[in-house]
Amino acid sequence: MMIDQAPALIIIFPLFISLVLTLAGSLGPRVAYGLLLCGMAGSLLFSLLALGQVVADNQAIHYRMGDWPPPMGIELVIDHLSGIVLVLVSACALLTAVYSLRTAAEDNPDRLHHYYALFALLVTGLLGMTASGDVFNLYVLLEISALSSYGLLARGRGPAYYATFKYLIVGTIGACFYLLGIGYLYIMTGSLNMLDLAEIISRPELQESVSIKIGFSLMILGVWIKMALFPLHAWLPNAYSKAGITTACLIAPLMTKVSVYIMLRIMFTVFSVDYIFDSIAWSQVVIYLASAAALIGMISALAQRDLRMMLCYIVVAEIGYMTGGAWVANAAGYTGAVYHILADGLMTLCLFMAVGAVIYRTGLTSMAAMQGIFQRMPITAVVLVIGAASIIGIPPTCGFFSKFYLIQGAAQAGAWVFVAALLIASLVAAVMFFKLLEIAFFGDPQALEQEAASGHGHGEHGGQPVVARHEAPLSMLIPMVITAAGLIVLGLYTKEVVEFFIGWSIPAGF
Amino acid sequence: MDEIFHFIIGKYNYWASLVLLFIGLYGMIAKNNLMKKIIGMVIFQTAILLFFVSIGAKRGATVPIIEFGPDKQPLLEASAYANPLPHVLILTAIVVGVATLGVALAVLQKIQRVHGTIEEDEVLEDQRQ
Repeated sequence: MMIDQAPALIIIFPLFISLVLTLAGSLGPRVAYGLLLCGMAGSLLFSLLALGQVVADNQAIHYRMGDWPPPMGIELVIDHLSGIVLVLVSACALLTAVYSLRTAAEDNPDRLHHYYALFALLVTGLLGMTASGDVFNLYVLLEISALSSYGLLARGRGPAYYATFKYLIVGTIGACFYLLGIGYLYIMTGSLNMLDLAEIISRPELQESVSIKIGFSLMILGVWIKMALFPLHAWLPNAYSKAGITTACLIAPLMTKVSVYIMLRIMFTVFSVDYIFDSIAWSQVVIYLASAAALIGMISALAQRDLRMMLCYIVVAEIGYMTGGAWVANAAGYTGAVYHILADGLMTLCLFMAVGAVIYRTGLTSMAAMQGIFQRMPITAVVLVIGAASIIGIPPTCGFFSKFYLIQGAAQAGAWVFVAALLIASLVAAVMFFKLLEIAFFGDPQALEQEAASGHGHGEHGGQPVVARHEAPLSMLIPMVITAAGLIVLGLYTKEVVEFFIGWSIPAGF
Repeated sequence: MDEIFHFIIGKYNYWASLVLLFIGLYGMIAKNNLMKKIIGMVIFQTAILLFFVSIGAKRGATVPIIEFGPDKQPLLEASAYANPLPHVLILTAIVVGVATLGVALAVLQKIQRVHGTIEEDEVLEDQRQ
């Protein structure tokens, strides 16, 4: 009974929780925190149930909202691809919710329940986008998550407002391009359901239609703006690095990954492999863009002095990896792209959490905060090392395996520029993290104390003297350690993940 | 000449929405005043709404409510009815647009309070200090 309704409950449960949270102001922060945990745990449970059913039946679940049959009614589709992305999103959201106990309460001394309500609404939007089987419904949920992310980012105060404003303008342009693209497709096909659209577009008379091509271009352009692909990425580092600690941990790993997932959906579910790579001959250009994104993102990250700015540019570089993997047009590249969505979601979360804990304890956001971290916060330091190893691509972390598939795919397609970009970007990442770990290992904790005392600290903890051993609170350590363990476990079970989940979602034609 | 004239006049709804689209984009990119950027954003959204509304309209068509003929049979002729779906979609998109406008104005108010101005160059100058 419950299992039949699981696809709808994945979305409706956190939506309901966010509604309750807006009304829960008088019940105090503990109740709000409990409600949020309950909501995120619920969506993780339902996501796992849905994924379990997909794997057991080896076919996609088509859930009709209100029992209206498609193509007129709204449909939720959960197949192997959306199933694992749903589990990733809800698991990351649950870990961030646990992590938020201290940081969210300090960033939002008043109206914490409103912050948590936006948190739950953002997750609702992300889960909805992933499960939606209808292009217009996807637009609405895209805007729901975008609007709640503007609200969350603007809670960072001070310089965050202007960064959020710019993100709002750019994000709206992206969403409007996507909507206009839907309009072009609708004129030619008269349908909005993804599977129905795919069937109509595959008819020979529409293969050469200019309207369909413009529609595809506008939709992809809109999604590229949303996911910050290289020339369109300028809004991301500013908006994400000014946000509160919890907000950055929630938004930075998930928003861009779900946008990449949407790109894969549009490319391979709505349109087909033949259409993308034969009728629209862009793949070479996109591979160059992706290579540039990977290289320029990593080199910009190397140049940053601010810890979170550095992580934000790493996110930009990782977007390049996934886009390149999707456009090299073979099964290995596709596998690499999908596996990298999972791996990158976890490793970005891991790094943002570890850096967030350092910022929480020291009140500094610059590299100086890392000095002597191995002595002061040993567990956080180990988590950071595992996250860094995964970004660089050191086995057995999952970052190695996703990069392995991506390079294999690029080599099969003969895209040597992309292979070179991946290898050089890994090298740059290695240089960057070894520089960081050198400061962390050999840096003098006393220097940090002096710096904090002399008033260079920016945060609320700037004036606090640093004691010799000052580990992050338990509510932050537990999700951090779980995420770091998740990186290694995902890496060890790469073969199973690829075989049972990603293998089933490889589109026909590869 | 005549053909070009007919090409432009015959599809005037698309041209109108295209012109509005570019006015909106220009406003968002080129204007220094953040309020004018928001106005550009609204024009940009409205252009897309106009595009959707115009694809559902038909000359001489009636409201999409099915009528019954003298023999009690429904008169089902698609060309006699306007297409309701784009209009329904755009109702949702209008709501989304209003919500975005509300959030944008709230953030703008905060910018004004923190930086004391809504001119982009002055805000950037203020941030550098």
